[in-house]
Amino acid sequence: MSDHSNGGPHASGTVTTAGQGEAEKFRDPGLPPHRPRLADVDPRAEKRAERQVAILFVVSIIGTLAFFYAYFFIELDQTIGTLRLQNLVLGLGTAFAMLGIGVGIVHWAKTLMPDHEVAESRHEIRSESDRQDAEKIVGDIIEETGIKRRPLIRNSLIGAMLLAPLPAIAIFRDLGPLPGDTLRHTMWDTDVRLTRDPDGTPIKASDVTIGSAFHVIPEGLNEAEHKLEEKAKAVVLLMRLNPEELNPSEGREDWGYNGIVAYSKICTHVGCPVALYEQQTHHLLCPCHQSTFDLTQECKVIFGPAVRPLPQLPITVNDEGYLVARSDFHEPVGPSFWERG
Amino acid sequence: MSSTSTTATYQPATKVGRITDFVDSRVGGSSMVKEFGRKIFPDHWTFMFGEVALYSFVILLLSGTFLTFFFDPSMAETHYDGSYVPLKGVEMSVAYASSLDISFDIRGGLFMRQVHHWSALLFVAAVSVHMLRVFFTGAFRRPRELNWVVGGVLLILAMAAGFTGYSLPDDLLSGNGLRIIDGVIKSVPVVGTYISFFLFGGEFPGTDIIGRLYVLHILLIPAIILLMIAIHLFMVVVHKHTQYPGPGRTNDNVVGFPVGPVYAAKAGGFFFIVFGIIAFISAAFTINPIWNYGPYDPSPVSAGTQPDWYIGWVDGALRLMPGWLGSFPFEWEIPFPWGTNTLSLNVLLPALVPAGIVFTLLFTWPWIERWITKDNREHHLLDRPRNAPGRTAVGVAGVVFYCVMWAAASSDLIATHFSVSLNDVTYWLRVLFFLGPVLGFIITRRIALALQRKDREIALHGRETGRIVRLPHGEYIEVHEPLDDYKLYKLVSYDAPMTVPAEADRNGHISKSEKRRAMISRFLFEDRVAPVTPAELEEAHSHGHQDQLATDADNAAVVEKH
Repeated sequence: MSDHSNGGPHASGTVTTAGQGEAEKFRDPGLPPHRPRLADVDPRAEKRAERQVAILFVVSIIGTLAFFYAYFFIELDQTIGTLRLQNLVLGLGTAFAMLGIGVGIVHWAKTLMPDHEVAESRHEIRSESDRQDAEKIVGDIIEETGIKRRPLIRNSLIGAMLLAPLPAIAIFRDLGPLPGDTLRHTMWDTDVRLTRDPDGTPIKASDVTIGSAFHVIPEGLNEAEHKLEEKAKAVVLLMRLNPEELNPSEGREDWGYNGIVAYSKICTHVGCPVALYEQQTHHLLCPCHQSTFDLTQECKVIFGPAVRPLPQLPITVNDEGYLVARSDFHEPVGPSFWERG
Repeated sequence: MSSTSTTATYQPATKVGRITDFVDSRVGGSSMVKEFGRKIFPDHWTFMFGEVALYSFVILLLSGTFLTFFFDPSMAETHYDGSYVPLKGVEMSVAYASSLDISFDIRGGLFMRQVHHWSALLFVAAVSVHMLRVFFTGAFRRPRELNWVVGGVLLILAMAAGFTGYSLPDDLLSGNGLRIIDGVIKSVPVVGTYISFFLFGGEFPGTDIIGRLYVLHILLIPAIILLMIAIHLFMVVVHKHTQYPGPGRTNDNVVGFPVGPVYAAKAGGFFFIVFGIIAFISAAFTINPIWNYGPYDPSPVSAGTQPDWYIGWVDGALRLMPGWLGSFPFEWEIPFPWGTNTLSLNVLLPALVPAGIVFTLLFTWPWIERWITKDNREHHLLDRPRNAPGRTAVGVAGVVFYCVMWAAASSDLIATHFSVSLNDVTYWLRVLFFLGPVLGFIITRRIALALQRKDREIALHGRETGRIVRLPHGEYIEVHEPLDDYKLYKLVSYDAPMTVPAEADRNGHISKSEKRRAMISRFLFEDRVAPVTPAELEEAHSHGHQDQLATDADNAAVVEKH
């Protein structure tokens, strides 16, 4: 270690002297004496350690063989049971293969390799002469470019360099279309029938008994071109309460039918499906962040991080007794966005 | 001096020697062996966390590469036709179908998926614990501030790698995770909606996002992580490793084992141990059974689902934030001349502020501490956490702050497991969010100071042996056994930072920020336990005859002093 510079006690602050303002410190007694291990003094212990290391390596070999056994001889028969078995044996085989090597090597190092602690001096991270040399080199380089003497070159270069990366940002413009008013419309429209999620069978008002809840999608959603995008906006929860328990506000009295009301299932917080309906309390709970909406107060938020009530879908019944939408939602569904207004 | 003449005179005797010499004389390996072959690394179990992080990343690269050969990041629609019967014929994306194929139709594929997921969880955990070790021992101090920053960047990258990977299988849970991300992005003022549309290639979920996350996950993020690891390790070599204080260990040396053979064997063997443990966990414990969740569909969601642990604190912050404070809403509709715009502080604040506080403090802490203590010395000796009560208390306050949010991500599970009201759990966690860090700070500092006092007692009066002795004049005493020099040195050789009062600048003026600094310094370091000095020890020995007695009566227990 001849190339290591010897950092003296003054090269960097030492713990024993610096900044304490106290009279004296204990003298460093130096490294404790080396305590020989069993294998250092007893040849039989040494031999034993050697055998243990070899056994661990053999364990590794067995583990690798177990892996091959599981890979080639455990037949998968389309049941989850054989898959689990194969996964278990593959994994245990790998675990033993790796642990055998790892524990073996560490055991070898700890019992048979020298365990004398060695001290080494620290480098000076930067020597003053190096710093001066480097400063001179950098100064010479800048001087030779003449950039300080030629402000025209410097300034025009800065201008060009500032401008040049902008295309690299602009070129990402076509990652996606502009929002436009897509977030304001869903598939719901006048006379679109309410159908069951996911099979799409229409729902008759008479099917909806008091206390029941339906997961609803608009008719034709399953055939839609952008099915998931439409579904992410249009899913609705349909519930029937005793009409006296609903307290519709002015202008929304006829948005339900006989106590049957439909609300957007997309949480106004960050868009999870508000999938849990507590039938007794008429609360809707979002399982993601626990926003709770009260159905008897037009899905006003009564707990959790959401602010806006769930948008209501105005519904009625058509001539054949099927539930249909009276119109689209009157406001954007789902999480808020800047342009929402 | 020409090197050709020296190589010409050297004639290797063996075949191996000739090959080694061929390579060495062309790439110059000798100097590298000279530099690193016997380089000294200090040994301590807490130094292994960084190693665990490195090794789990290697395992991530290995298992991840395997998975890329079979995974298809397409969101095109397909009907499942693999071995898993319950999903046969179900409409799903190609990405989800190929994830199922990896699990059910590629032998060892499920194992590799589990290895990959478990090592990802371990990777972030190891990086986090490693950073806690570095923080609580003060290893971030000069000259290692920049490496601390690199470590912080690695933590963020690890979380980014984890989240982009979590979203790839396109199962119900990963899709819901993306839905939440979409909601958070949309809450960003002015540009949020546009970022969402550009990221997803249109409306959520679209058909682009998984392909894009895939490129980030397998190319960009791992490449940057590799680069950061290279810088991180390079700096470790430049600085040499820190070491715990103790006899023979000074700020100017490194005490430990040489790379060859002991350290290399231990560290190399440890890679296999980490791999083995991950393999064992992956064999025995299922992680992310995507076949139970089904393909992504915006309508269903299962209750009680949890994000991967390292995202929990951000998700928990979202849960803790109340939408309404009484009748005060956290979502505002702001009228502008061009129309009304919506500001969703109920989403924006919890998504940005806690993470902002944590990472700002994390990245700037080395400079904050240097500013408070005015300590600009190089530190290669670590602090025992108790010997830096102020810093330890700040660290624990941060950990509590993080953990409250983390617990909030499981508020529903806490409620169902302990049969308590979900709303009460949230209310209590909201209180703890503000109170927890303060309590954590106070309690931790008191504990640290108490431990320091205990150390002082032991250094001054030795170890209580539990042996009661009756003196000739009838007094009963307990025999205290004095410490040997080495143990004593461990307890007394530390720096106890002191309050640095406000200092005037050159014009004799004390600036406002200097006054503030002095205030913080007083707050952190006013309560202080000074290390025992030799004079104090001398005095303690001459006063307490029981110590005297112990030395006389118990000569055998006293280690020989050279």
